[in-house]
Formats: sequence, structure tokens, C-alpha cells
Amino acid sequence: MNKLELQKKAVEVRKGIVTGVHSAKAGHPGGSLSAADIFTYLYFEEMNIDPANPKDENRDRFVLSKGHTAPGLYSVLANRGYFPVEDLKTLRHTGSYLQGHPDMKHIPGVDMSSGSLGQGLSTAVGMALAAKMSGKDYRTYCLCGDGEIQEGQIWEAAMFAGHRKLDNLVVIVDNNNLQIDGSVADVCSPYPIDEKFKAFNFHVININGNDFDEIDKAFAEAKATKGMPTAIIAKTLKGKDVSFMENQASWHGKAPNDEEYAIAMEDLRKVGDALC
Amino acid sequence: MLGDKIATRDSYGNALVELGKEHDNLVVLDADLAEATKTVKFRNAFPDRHIDCGIAEANMMGIAAGMSTAGFVPFASSFAMFAAGRAFEQVRNAIGYPKLNVKIGATHAGISVGEDGATHQCNEDIALMRAIPGMVVINPADDVEARAAVKAAFEYYGPCYLRFGRLAVPTINDEATYKFEIGKGVELRKGTDLTIIATGLPVSESLEAAKMLEADGISAQVINIHTIKPLDKDIVIEAAKSTGRIFTVEEHSIIGGLGSAVSECVAENHPAKVTRIGVKDVFGESGPAKELLKKYELDAEGIYKQIKASL
Repeated sequence: MNKLELQKKAVEVRKGIVTGVHSAKAGHPGGSLSAADIFTYLYFEEMNIDPANPKDENRDRFVLSKGHTAPGLYSVLANRGYFPVEDLKTLRHTGSYLQGHPDMKHIPGVDMSSGSLGQGLSTAVGMALAAKMSGKDYRTYCLCGDGEIQEGQIWEAAMFAGHRKLDNLVVIVDNNNLQIDGSVADVCSPYPIDEKFKAFNFHVININGNDFDEIDKAFAEAKATKGMPTAIIAKTLKGKDVSFMENQASWHGKAPNDEEYAIAMEDLRKVGDALC
Repeated sequence: MLGDKIATRDSYGNALVELGKEHDNLVVLDADLAEATKTVKFRNAFPDRHIDCGIAEANMMGIAAGMSTAGFVPFASSFAMFAAGRAFEQVRNAIGYPKLNVKIGATHAGISVGEDGATHQCNEDIALMRAIPGMVVINPADDVEARAAVKAAFEYYGPCYLRFGRLAVPTINDEATYKFEIGKGVELRKGTDLTIIATGLPVSESLEAAKMLEADGISAQVINIHTIKPLDKDIVIEAAKSTGRIFTVEEHSIIGGLGSAVSECVAENHPAKVTRIGVKDVFGESGPAKELLKKYELDAEGIYKQIKASL
């Protein structure tokens, strides 16, 4: 996909996010929107996947370690053809397969159940190690939050991945700088994030995570990197492209009401129109 | 051989080596305790399939979960305290919730850890693990049963918690005839006056206690429950009906373990008096394992005394 196509797709993914969260009357739009471009790039450009065969043993894997941004993952999976986009409206509803956090047992395309922060990276490391041990060439991608990396288990996993030289693993940190209680720098600063991953023997790339040119270059660089895992520190804008959600910690875990939903969809329509 | 004394952690290590010869997809994970969990035997035999995660049990459980999604059958090994205790939430959320095919080999369970003391003596692991939906919980009593349990766990698809001990215990099952089936209790001794339902290390001690009771003219049935979850309800209900007086014995807190499982089953199906013999809602302490088992009345003499006092 070229840049313009990816940008247009990202608008659709963002519409799915706000539609799902609005329908659920709960959920996490802010961090789903910040990572929407990364979700879009992974599922429409980077990963070797087939929606018709979601369990293919040679497929690339994705673990959403910051599992609360499931609306972003579900929206990209639906837009990629794993299940109907219409189903996003059942998010978090009783009886729906679209659980509040990713559920690998019931959602086509979800490679790992996740959501308890700090745990996803370990499971991604297990998948990457399994590929190495079984001689498979699939790659594993793991998206973490910048608040999430306050969890110590992230660094246990990073230490192991660096130690084992898992160059088939890419960790992306969605660095939107906000967590529930405020700025990550104020709550309990994880900075410098890049230096920390370097210290754990990662190849580190700093990018604007809402710019497809930079995202594209970073993943190409990650693929070319041998002998060590890659961490992409992606500076992003929380709530991106929904005017009243942008850079607002208060929209971390809150659903828009009907009026706000209409404004959000109008905002996204304008972003889409500007691309045409 | 019958009567030989072997710690079930050794049985765990030996069984892994045997299974590893036949199954390339079996991998063993450790958190810097291979020498103690006895998985060092597997490491020596199959170094490429042994993964030392360093002192990071939470990460180890996640790695095991991830590997299982790619077709490996990981045995994640540590002390019960760290496998079930420290990594509880990882086991629940990364292994239990997605029902992944991960086996947790937990050694050094209970107070027979001995000298290391209370911080390392896990008396709560059965309670924690059996509360996780779908988790199979097995606590073998001797070498024969422990090796059979490891094999059965490998053949079973799904999460499984295996509990092993540090202290050498006598072999009470005859390998030539012993059949292990997950979820199936074993009647080791017939009796008519009362039933001792035991699990793990105190099973052999319970058999000795039954002999002491016999000398007093009390006929005690002894049942070995190696699988606490799923519990063999039939054998428990049958005991409640036939003797009507049950004593549970475990090297675990009397809260949440075998005693609780049996009490729940009896209360719901055929009420009978149940006395729970175990670690009585206290922490352990340092000391040689045998002295601790005596002090906490989990040796044959202690079990016998507690039963007599309750009759």
C-alpha cells in the first residue's frame, strides 16, 4: 500500500475505534487512536498474514501488550477482513466475542490474550524464541504502552530478548506520553525510553509514530537488523484526529456520548476528505 | 522399587528426560533453579531444549505461554512459592485464561522445604491454582506416581500444575501394576470406621497412621487423591457414605487445598464430618524437614494423634 492508501485506511480504523467504544459505552479510545497508524501499517503493509487462514503456523504474530487498546486492534482486524466491521458495534457487549481485552480463543486474528499490563511482551518473546527453536522465519511484533513499561516484567522480558539476540522480535512503544493519572513523566517517568532498551541490548529507533514515512523506514530497518531485537519508540498523539480527545489524559478510558460521537465522526470525515 | 526413598522433584527431572527422548516439542524452562528443581537432568540431556530465564518467574510463565501457541509443550519450573505465588497472575491471565498447553512444575512445596524457612515454604499453592478455571492440579505421593503424573500431564492438552517435594519419600506404589489417571483417586487401604484422604508427601505417613489406628482396633480406609482438581467426587462421596467420617491430610494450608475440596464435595453431596489435617493457617519456619513434619504433626505419629483426638 502506498502512503495515501495507508492514511485513508487509518481513518477507517479510527472510525471503527470510536464507533466501537461509543457502542460499548466504555473502553479506551485515546491509546487506540494514538496507535492507529501503527496498527494500520502492521496489518496492511508489514505483517505476513492471511485473514482467511488466521492460524497459519508460519504467519507473523502480533501481541497487543497494552491490551486495553483492543478497540484499535479489533478495528484493524475487521478492516483487514478477519471479521465484519459491523461487529465492532458489539464491543464489550454481553455475549459478544469482542471482549474488553484481546481474547485469542474467540477472536479471529488475535494471536494472544492480553490486557494485564506488562505481560504481553513475555508472551511475544516466547513466540519469537519458538520461531528460532523450530527454524521458522515468522516475525513477532509487540505493541507496548509508555505507561505500561512501568511494569517490571517488561524489563525481565527485554533482558531475555536481548540476551537471546531475538532479531525476529520488534517491540513498539506507543509513546503518547499520557496515562490515566496524567503525564507519564509526572506519574513515574520511564524516560529515557530509548536508552533503557539500548541498555537491554536492543537496536533502538526513534520515530514519529503518526507518520507513515517514518513508520515504513523504521520497520525496514528493524527487518534488516540482525543479532539483536529492535525497539521502535514511536512518539504519538493520544486521541489523534478526534479534536476533543487529542492529548487529553481524560480520554484514556472513557466513551464518547452520542453528541461527542457525532463530533468525532465528523472530525474523522474531514481528515478523510482532506486526503482525497 | 517399593520402599525406596526418592524425592518427587527427582522423579520430575527423570520423567522429563524420558519424555524428552520421545518428544521433540517438549521444552523445559527454569528460573535459575535447575539444580534444585532437578530439571538439570533435562538440561544435561537436551541443552538446546532447556531455557533458563534467569531469576524472573513472571517472564518465564509468559515465555512458556508464547511458546505453547507455536506448538511447543513447555514445562515451566520453579519452587511452588514462585511458580504459584509470585507468578500467580501470569499463570492465571497468560496461561489459564487462554487455556494454553503449559505445564507448571512446582517443586519445594510445603514445609518439608526445611531449613530455608517460611519465605520458601509454600502452603498456599493448591488453593491458588485450583481457583483458576480449567487448571488441573496434581500432587503426587511418590516416585512412581510422580513420573506417571508428568507423562499424563504431557499427554493432556491444557494448563496443568504439578506439585513436587524436596524431601525423599518412600515409594508406595508398585510400578508394574500402578495405573495413573488424571482425576482418579486411589484406594490404598480398605477400612470401615473412618477414611483418611491424603495427597502428596503425607500419603505414606497416612498409611503408617492407619496401621497405628489398626493396633487400637480402628479400621481406617486410606485414599490417595493425587489430582486435587478435577477432584474424584465419586470416591469421596462413596467414602462419606461408607465410613461417614473423613480426615483429610495434606502438606498445605487447611484453607483452600485438599481439605477444602473434600469438604465442599461432601457438604454438597453427602454431609459427613470432615477434619482437616494440614498446616493450620500459620507460616512455617526453619528446621530439618523431618523435625518440621513432626512439629506440625504431619508425620505418621502426628496424623495418628490428631485422628485419635478427634474421635
